[in-house]
Amino acid sequence: MKSRNLIALLITAAFAFIILQAFTINPAAGEITLNKFGRADINNRTASRYLNKNVNSENEEVIFQESKNLESGSANIVTSVVANYRSFDTLGEITVLFLAAAGIGVILNLKKSGKKKFADRDSSLILNTGIKFLFPLLLLAGTYIFVYGHLSPGGGFQGGAVIATAFLLKMISDNKFEIKESNITLVESAAGILFVGLGLYGLVTRGAFLENFMATGTVGQLFSAGIIPLIYLAIAFKVGAELTNIVKNLIEA
Amino acid sequence: MLNFLEEWSFFGGSILLIFIGLYGVLSRKNMIKILISLGLMDTGVNLLLVALGYVEAANAPILNSVIQSNANAFVDPIPQALVLTSIVIGTAVLALGLALVIKIYDKYSTLNISEIRGLKW
Repeated sequence: MKSRNLIALLITAAFAFIILQAFTINPAAGEITLNKFGRADINNRTASRYLNKNVNSENEEVIFQESKNLESGSANIVTSVVANYRSFDTLGEITVLFLAAAGIGVILNLKKSGKKKFADRDSSLILNTGIKFLFPLLLLAGTYIFVYGHLSPGGGFQGGAVIATAFLLKMISDNKFEIKESNITLVESAAGILFVGLGLYGLVTRGAFLENFMATGTVGQLFSAGIIPLIYLAIAFKVGAELTNIVKNLIEA
Repeated sequence: MLNFLEEWSFFGGSILLIFIGLYGVLSRKNMIKILISLGLMDTGVNLLLVALGYVEAANAPILNSVIQSNANAFVDPIPQALVLTSIVIGTAVLALGLALVIKIYDKYSTLNISEIRGLKW
């Protein structure tokens, strides 16, 4: 085999040897180590504080449609981790996505090139008709996913990705479908300002950035969980607009 | 044999994906193949993270009308929250990489990295 492939194989083997050492450690008594598959000990991890919703309070049990005014009233526990307990990391993730979208806009440099789009011929009849039927349904599905983000699997990122897929399909199938880039940037900036504004309002009135300043209500209702639905609204619009912008730039390059 | 597969297939499969992706990034010459291998490494890492939080015979960490209180066994929700972020960042990296590949192809008219002047690998 060629020398370059052999060197790549040797580097991968060295890396594999180092990583697989993690599975051969014998812990001393009481030390935490890598668990065997399926035997994660939840009660020794911080996940038990998130599952019982008692990070800052003394709560012990959470019952669907009955527990009121908990510290994070969302029935979907992954949502309460992403958008309430660790929402600062979500702000960092939004920043990374914004950086990627801005970087693509700068690299592709579309205003000066002025080339023709690659999709200058008409798409087929099946594609056209199918996507005319699917476009509003996809928008509805994406909206449902982020509105019910605190009650069922889903949330802002997933809903935003589905909405961006709807716009991508429309751009592929229809040559005359145009979204102005200034409109996309307007939606994205407004959603980002909403997210940071919610955080600053929590800082000013309650003392912590992005603290949940609204009443959390009953676990399991649609209007519950404080500011989590608002955060997911901002995230869905921002992610949808950014992914649409990325796709539009890649199609027009 | 079946016990061994049950116990190691999730960890082993994810780690195998990571190593296949690493080998692909190091040894392939087509730029699109390098990007695909990078995506494969991202997938392997995400699968490994989620597999580390699995509790046997437990439910997904969502309260609904069937699983009504947190006295039931739930899997660990924290690796799933980390993987949400990781998937989005993987998408952003791949999109930026594809934009760079488009510009390189416009300038050099080839996707083979050995033919681009100045590169010795």
